[in-house]
Amino acid sequence: MVRVDGTGKSNSLIQVRGLDKTYRRGGEEIQVLQRLNLDVDKGDFVAFMGPSGSGKTTLLNLLGGLDVPTHGSITVAGDEITHMSGNKLTQWRARHVGFIFQMYNLIPVLTAFQNVELPLLLTKLSKSDRRKHVETALGVVGLADRMNHYPRQLSGGQEQRVAIARAIVADPTFLLCDEPTGDLDRKSADEIMELIHRLVKEFGKTVLMVTHDPVVATRADTTLHLEKGVLVEGKTSRESVMAGGAA
Amino acid sequence: MKFSRLILANLFRKKVRLILTIGSFAIALVLFTFLAVVKSAFSRGTEIAGADRLVVVSRIGLMQLMPISYRDKILAIPGVKAVTHNHWFGGVYQDEKNFFPQFVIDPEYQRQVMTELVVPEDQWNNFLKDRQGAIAGARTAARFHWKIGDRIPIKTTLYGAGSWEFNLDGIYHSERPGGDESQFWLQWKYFDENAPGPIKSTAGWYVVKLDSPDDAVRVAKAIDEKFANSSFETKSETESAFAAYFVKQFGNIELLILTIGSVVFFTLLLVTGNTMAISVRERTSELAVLKAIGFTGRAVLFFVLAEAVIIALVGGFIGLTLAYLAIPVIGLALTGLLPPLILSKSVLTLGLGFALLVGAASGLLPGIGAMRMRVVNALRRV
Repeated sequence: MVRVDGTGKSNSLIQVRGLDKTYRRGGEEIQVLQRLNLDVDKGDFVAFMGPSGSGKTTLLNLLGGLDVPTHGSITVAGDEITHMSGNKLTQWRARHVGFIFQMYNLIPVLTAFQNVELPLLLTKLSKSDRRKHVETALGVVGLADRMNHYPRQLSGGQEQRVAIARAIVADPTFLLCDEPTGDLDRKSADEIMELIHRLVKEFGKTVLMVTHDPVVATRADTTLHLEKGVLVEGKTSRESVMAGGAA
Repeated sequence: MKFSRLILANLFRKKVRLILTIGSFAIALVLFTFLAVVKSAFSRGTEIAGADRLVVVSRIGLMQLMPISYRDKILAIPGVKAVTHNHWFGGVYQDEKNFFPQFVIDPEYQRQVMTELVVPEDQWNNFLKDRQGAIAGARTAARFHWKIGDRIPIKTTLYGAGSWEFNLDGIYHSERPGGDESQFWLQWKYFDENAPGPIKSTAGWYVVKLDSPDDAVRVAKAIDEKFANSSFETKSETESAFAAYFVKQFGNIELLILTIGSVVFFTLLLVTGNTMAISVRERTSELAVLKAIGFTGRAVLFFVLAEAVIIALVGGFIGLTLAYLAIPVIGLALTGLLPPLILSKSVLTLGLGFALLVGAASGLLPGIGAMRMRVVNALRRV
């Protein structure tokens, strides 16, 4: 159950309280997030929508431990990440977060297999165990037969599938998707969203996704809108579309 | 190492750039090695000089001669074990380019003083019996394909026009690694008989063998005091000091080599540093993703440094191999112009150290930049 009023259960998987984020640009302070609260349970699939510059990606970066808030706290699976040191935060990310980016961000000189294997290089798994994990992840995204292909030999949709396999291979606590279909055609976008939806429903993954696309947002269980730095809880995405208004 | 595939894959990302960078390393290493070998060749005289030997020259200068009678007077000074005298013959074999040092020696004491230059006993005895006899260093003999019994004409302009002919009676070897095997020795008596009047009964310089190296300062002072206020005052110094003084006659070789070496070092540092900086900048987003998925800043620094060091080591290895193959050929071509060029293990190690240092230094700044890079900013630049 996703809540944005700060009254969620204390055992929520992700708990955000009073989150502020202010940027300084040329002497001017820009407050992107203001006293933001959020509770996400395990297995939730949340889409964040909002106009450009509303702070969606900033929120995602804060939740993924890539950025630090000006004020407030973020607790994930009992770990408060806002006060972690740089190295500890890096280790935390390796264990808990799977990132899926709009531009896929695969390493072009590595094969699909090697790209997916990257997060496992940080674990103590043996080479054969790493191979099993990678093959499983690539199997889940339907690219087991393309594991020796380089990114340039794959379509955009396939590249994003490899990126998803890389995100799930170490079995992270939750997935953060920043416009995962932003660079894809509609058909590929539908396939990617189907895959992410399957990860939630079949594998119980928790997914937080930023998107501009109201159709993509319909695949999430809940759509939250960022307005003036705070999250506004709306109808579920499906209800929103059924009612004829996506965003 | 589980990261090796990632490092190697990044290394081969731009093959042409990789080849050019390795090539610049290799060429710089050839030049560095050659300079180090030349420096070592010039300073070898100082390094291998006998600690228990003095060289006595005229106070006026090296070209000024001294009476042959000094030999016995020097020999009488306490602490002196043996004295030999030399003359510079200054001739060429067949052609101007065939230069090598020819010394007129005193056979009586030569072997007692220059103990490291060894001639087989039978060859030495033949030399003593042969007034026109000569002994060549192994390197010079090999250079001109001489064998014992050959008749060798040496043209000289110092002691009358025309050629002096000698019989090659022996070949000497140096027992010290890197020792000079390029000399050509002639009999003093034969030289003295045929030399022009003012040269007769003179010596170019004396080499004094001491009882103990500890006596060097005392004996040198005693020799110079003995001939003070005479027509032929002397200047005595240790053989290493003399060798250093001799090298200085060519100019400040060390400064020249150091200057060229520094230019090579900094040029290579700028070239490879720039290459590494471009390489890192090109994949800012990839490094950011690595950091996002859990690679620490230090790991990213390690990847960049590892690439730079691998390039340096491969380039360095190729450069040193080329130098190893080329220096004997260059040395042969420059015989007579430069002392023997010897590529020692220490020079090879120094070269490899130089490559490693430049490699690590060139990767350090871009690597630190990548280590400190904020993931959020880097991803925003995509």
